[in-house]
Amino acid sequence: MKILVPLKRVADPDNANKIKVTAGKVDTTGLEFKPNPFDEYAVETALRLTENGANTKARIGEVVVVTFGPKEVETTLRGALATGADRAIRVDVTDDALDGDLVARALKAIVEKEAPDLVLIGKQQVEGDSNQVGQLLAEYLGWPQATFAGSIKSEADKALLVSREVDGGTLNLKVTLPAVVSVDLRIVSPHGAKSMHTAATHAYPEGVRFAALMAIMAAKKKPLVEMKLADLVGDASLKVTYGTAELPPPRKAGIKVKSVAELVEKLRTEAKVL
Amino acid sequence: MANTLVVAELHEGKVRKSTLSSITFARQVGGSFSILVLGAGATAAAAEVTGFGASKVLVVDDASLKDYVCERFSPTIAAVAKGGFDTVVVTASSYGKDLAPRVAARLGAGYAPDISGVHVDGNKRVYRRPMFAGNAYGTCEVQTPVHVVSARQTEFTAAEPSGGASPIENVTIAAPDAAAARVEFVSLEQGKSERPDLGEARVVVSGGRALKEQFAQVLDPLANLLGAAVGASRAACDAGFAPAELQVGQTGRVVAPTLYLAIGISGAIQHLAGMKGSKTIVAINKDGDAPIFQVADYGLVADLFTAVPELVSELKRTVA
Repeated sequence: MKILVPLKRVADPDNANKIKVTAGKVDTTGLEFKPNPFDEYAVETALRLTENGANTKARIGEVVVVTFGPKEVETTLRGALATGADRAIRVDVTDDALDGDLVARALKAIVEKEAPDLVLIGKQQVEGDSNQVGQLLAEYLGWPQATFAGSIKSEADKALLVSREVDGGTLNLKVTLPAVVSVDLRIVSPHGAKSMHTAATHAYPEGVRFAALMAIMAAKKKPLVEMKLADLVGDASLKVTYGTAELPPPRKAGIKVKSVAELVEKLRTEAKVL
Repeated sequence: MANTLVVAELHEGKVRKSTLSSITFARQVGGSFSILVLGAGATAAAAEVTGFGASKVLVVDDASLKDYVCERFSPTIAAVAKGGFDTVVVTASSYGKDLAPRVAARLGAGYAPDISGVHVDGNKRVYRRPMFAGNAYGTCEVQTPVHVVSARQTEFTAAEPSGGASPIENVTIAAPDAAAARVEFVSLEQGKSERPDLGEARVVVSGGRALKEQFAQVLDPLANLLGAAVGASRAACDAGFAPAELQVGQTGRVVAPTLYLAIGISGAIQHLAGMKGSKTIVAINKDGDAPIFQVADYGLVADLFTAVPELVSELKRTVA
């Protein structure tokens, strides 16, 4: 199976509460950059679907990762190559020249060149929190979609049984490949995603895999090509443009109560919510 | 003048309350709006939404729409939208988030996802939306003639009926997307609960990993007493102490009840993203430095295994 995984570098989500807004723009100065967590789950899922879980060194198929950004985002691609992806593509563009729709249209062109069986993508990138590129791409390709996947089982690499995490439960779909699947966090649980080559009883370690030092060195030699946005899409106009950003309204400072009795008293007489 | 198409969400043959938030959005935008009710059994459900001032209630009742599959629903929504609507709104539930981008792509429309507000200034419309897990708000404008929007249920209060009786009109289903032939609905597994839906409850009692195997044993009496929905942190779900569908946060549900009680929840950014909009937040946690106390209106540093039963008896004792 050949899988394409789009990735995005984001400001460290665990420090998102430290972001500032300067002159109406989100200011991430001083924050570290990391791969979008949901995209990391997508890479891990792609690796699990192209291997026998008993031998994670040997790829059965191919995993291609792609990102959009200036030269410095190549570290995100190298990170994915170090964990086992085979090849990488960087589309040279800056974030302010993109919206979700343009990313989806550019990805469509890449999919048409690469002809993967599956596109695996994080359900949302945690800066914009838009949750749209996978669905847009599926429509542009005329492919079926399965969003918010919490588990995937491969049926002979021809179809996937996908459990979607939906409000109030789980919706199970069977999609025939090629398809677009967006992943949620439980996909990287021990039995979240397995290829047809992996024993049903095999349990993966919780979470995503880390790269060994040797693999990090080897990843520097793996192929990474640069593409121009103009070679992928003729019309680079944006359908959605962003204006001023601001911080959320501050919450009134809370108080610590000393006892359960005081808590109930405050909820009744002050907050009036009981 | 705007003409908005509100896409209703059906659940077990009834219109979900979240649809009323989309109606509020349509009223805020101004002009006229119609409501599209689609699904098997839509005819019966349509009667629920004729009293909200819509120009029309459009009904697509077809057996092929019994179970939700995006590729079967999006072509009809797009086809109806092409009949003179400049805005399509659906609530930002897992249904709306799955569906709206695909509808937008079919319409060649820009999509404003998960918006928390809309500001209308003549012909200009600015959408406000949470980003960075709710740690910043962005404003965006859609540059295409048609706008597709998903609106946060927690930020648009449920519309009240306005009287009158919108005419009901049957609409023919559009041909499914070619991709529909390659996707098959298998099943929908839902947790059975007598409690209110997490997204709609006035009170949410939410628990963390600290509750261990006693998750239900400790929280149920409190939730029952308050008529509350029960939520959970990611850690509690991952550890198997609570089912995944209870999760509140970036994965899981976004809630904004009148009262949110966080019991033994430390308050990771991903959890706060799902509950920070709550009106009053109470945190009970043994660790006085837990980040949850930074957003709590009332914090109690205590062992939850003694504090929660005490809270239940204090509530019973002081009942008016």
